[in-house]
Amino acid sequence: MRGARSAKWVAGAIVVALAATACGGDSDGEGNSKGSGPAGYVSIDVGEPQKPLIPADTNESNGSYVIQSLFTQLLDFDSKGEIVYTNAESVTTDDSKTWTVKLKKGWKFHNGEEVTSKSYIDAWNWYANIKNNQQNSFWFQDIKGYDDVHPEKGDPKAETMSGLKAVDDHTFTIELKNTMPYFNYKLGYTTWAPLPKVFYDDPKAFGQKPVGNGPYKFEKWDHKKLIQVKAWDEYQGPNKAKNKGVQFKAYTTLEAAYKDVVSGNLDMIRQVGPTDLPKYKQDLGDGAIEQPYAAIQTLTPAFYSKTFKDIDPKVLQGLSMAIDRNTITKTVLNNTRTPAESFTPPGVKGNQNLDTDVFTYNPTKAKQLIEEGGGVPGNKFTVQYNTDGGHKEWVTAVCESIRKATGVDCVGDPKPDFATDLEARDNDQVKGMYRGGWVADYPVNANFMKELYHTTAEANNGRFSNKEIDKLMNEADKAKSLDESVKAFQEVEKKLVEHMPAIPLWYYRINGGHGKNVDNVNVDFHGDLEVWAVTTK
Amino acid sequence: MGRYVARRLLQMIPVFIGSTLLIFCMMYALPGDPVRAMMGDQAYDPTVVASIKKDLGLDQPLIQQYVNYMTGLLQGDFGTQIASQRPIADVIADAFPVTIRLTIFAFTFVTVVGIGLGVVAGLRPDTLRDRGLLTLTLILVSMPSFVLGFLLQYLLAFKWQVTTPTVTDSTDFGQLALPATVLASLSLAYVARLTRTSIAENLRSDYIRTAVAKGLPRRRVVGVHLMRNSLIPVVTFLGIEIGSLMTGAIVTEGIFNVRGIGIEIYDALSRREGATVVGIASLMVLIYLAASLIVDLLYAVLDPRIRYA
Repeated sequence: MRGARSAKWVAGAIVVALAATACGGDSDGEGNSKGSGPAGYVSIDVGEPQKPLIPADTNESNGSYVIQSLFTQLLDFDSKGEIVYTNAESVTTDDSKTWTVKLKKGWKFHNGEEVTSKSYIDAWNWYANIKNNQQNSFWFQDIKGYDDVHPEKGDPKAETMSGLKAVDDHTFTIELKNTMPYFNYKLGYTTWAPLPKVFYDDPKAFGQKPVGNGPYKFEKWDHKKLIQVKAWDEYQGPNKAKNKGVQFKAYTTLEAAYKDVVSGNLDMIRQVGPTDLPKYKQDLGDGAIEQPYAAIQTLTPAFYSKTFKDIDPKVLQGLSMAIDRNTITKTVLNNTRTPAESFTPPGVKGNQNLDTDVFTYNPTKAKQLIEEGGGVPGNKFTVQYNTDGGHKEWVTAVCESIRKATGVDCVGDPKPDFATDLEARDNDQVKGMYRGGWVADYPVNANFMKELYHTTAEANNGRFSNKEIDKLMNEADKAKSLDESVKAFQEVEKKLVEHMPAIPLWYYRINGGHGKNVDNVNVDFHGDLEVWAVTTK
Repeated sequence: MGRYVARRLLQMIPVFIGSTLLIFCMMYALPGDPVRAMMGDQAYDPTVVASIKKDLGLDQPLIQQYVNYMTGLLQGDFGTQIASQRPIADVIADAFPVTIRLTIFAFTFVTVVGIGLGVVAGLRPDTLRDRGLLTLTLILVSMPSFVLGFLLQYLLAFKWQVTTPTVTDSTDFGQLALPATVLASLSLAYVARLTRTSIAENLRSDYIRTAVAKGLPRRRVVGVHLMRNSLIPVVTFLGIEIGSLMTGAIVTEGIFNVRGIGIEIYDALSRREGATVVGIASLMVLIYLAASLIVDLLYAVLDPRIRYA
């Protein structure tokens, strides 16, 4: 009976294995309870941040949600894009080159340390230093002395930027390399947050367990499941938490998160997935959120490609007029976008009515313009997009619209994922156009032009280059005041219509929602839900 | 038998090295630079990208990277994730128990219910209940797991509200029941059909007739004589199925929001986290190898005539 005995042994082993894994489960089973967490806490579908929670190392939305709850910068913006001072008393300048920052007194980090000029200066110097490999280090490049701490090659020549000087504990000055009238707007980006002294002891550990000066205090990070933060009683800013805390819960799909909002396991969802869009207003009632924010989608020609090299801008204007934005946003995109009428979205300073018909559907004129401009070489072009981002449907629709209106053949050039798509853009391998997208870093029109269409701009992947426009942009940066600069950039925008560095398609809208347990859910200018203002019922 | 096991274990080493090298090369051949992809489509600084790649050793040639990786692995170091900077061993340790739990759940379900159904149908071939089983399994086989997943989720969680739509706590066996059932459905159908055919076939064989003629009680005829022989193909199938269940969990984990290895490997793939993919895939390879070894050893339990040299 050798066989039978072995069989018993095998069965025994399976039982043991089952028991072992079950026990392993019990030990970490607590805390991750059903429903929406501790009383008074609100929950939102913010997934696992890609990187450790260091302000200057994060620019994707999951991480920045958490960082915004833990850290507060000098200033912030209201929903109209106007400056609201948070940690700063004032940020002023006489010449747009040297800026004086006065901090509010009595502000503290969550560990009790006072927030002083040094907290900011040391942090910025650390962020900018090439040795620390911070993803957003280039945000500090306008400051004098940046090249010393962040040289193109080799080790840094200095530890500090010469442009940053502390006057006293609550005042410091920032000297820039060149004038920049809208520099104070940049300071609202999460990257400019201060750091407490404990950070420098062990940045790696800090990234897993940050100590900030923001409205919420870090509680725990259960990787890939949830991050929990607690409202901080001593917070003094205008965005003091109105709830007891927040749970950022990771979901694998938009659909799963949506189902949990409907069934009451989750309080807020940032974006409703395409399958649920047609019915989300019925499901959520008052909880449905539909609001535009400062982001734009474009078709960007690669000006080095065979098709679009030395193209007559008239052709691009024609192609733009061949796109039926109204119908596509309504049908294919389920009303999640608003047709674009300029190069800047509403909600940024300087957004204007361009008084042109280039963005209006007009097949006859489109055809005529393309003919006048000499046509598209080969009468055919491609639009590169990544298939993992839900772009296929609208790219097909745009191509169909162009083909119908003008007879120019347009086909999609799919890349399997975002990484591949980006690589082709970086290496100048885009064959025709690519789908471009831009979300406001700060709500000023310069952000949508200087960063995208200046010859030296890093995000100018279409390699658009025009001396006249470069010159106008440089001059706009030298303007004495913000208003003048905004006006100058408005002039640049008018010129852009003549040169068409890209074909604007539509502005983004947030289509999110919240359940019945919470109230006061608002959207800020870059499309994030304002978690601190949410109240529980 | 000891020598046989030893030889099989030794064979695993080249298979393991070969498969990891293969996966490593595939990840390397994929377009898209993981460090660059991390920066997104907003502005970034190429100097920082170059500097991070240098620190991670990603600027070295493929073979050097592989040697570094294997040296680390031998010392128990799975490497570090590029974006999160967490040790890959931690990431795996978080996700693996969840998937194993899900797989064991599904596997037990497949074995018990599948063989049970197969035996019930096989003992009375061509009756109503046999036809019923064949129809049911046909439906299960032809329905992709994501369709079944969404369907059951819709019916059970939204229509009748007997369960939560997604798994909020991957350690709760009750919540895992639904995803495990979905995961198991396809294999269940195969196992039931395989068992049914095998039983029906052996029922007509000579040795069963002899056993019945000897006057043995029916329990013994079916339980020992019939089952042992009939289970050999089923066990082979089940062994391979352990591995497939684990990889098949990718879809099911996505639908039900189970934070297991499937989601982890999918994320890692789309972010080009080579070391994570290789780490998880190597563990899968090991599980496949171990499962097939156990299957081969189980043959002897079922049929003592099989000997190992």
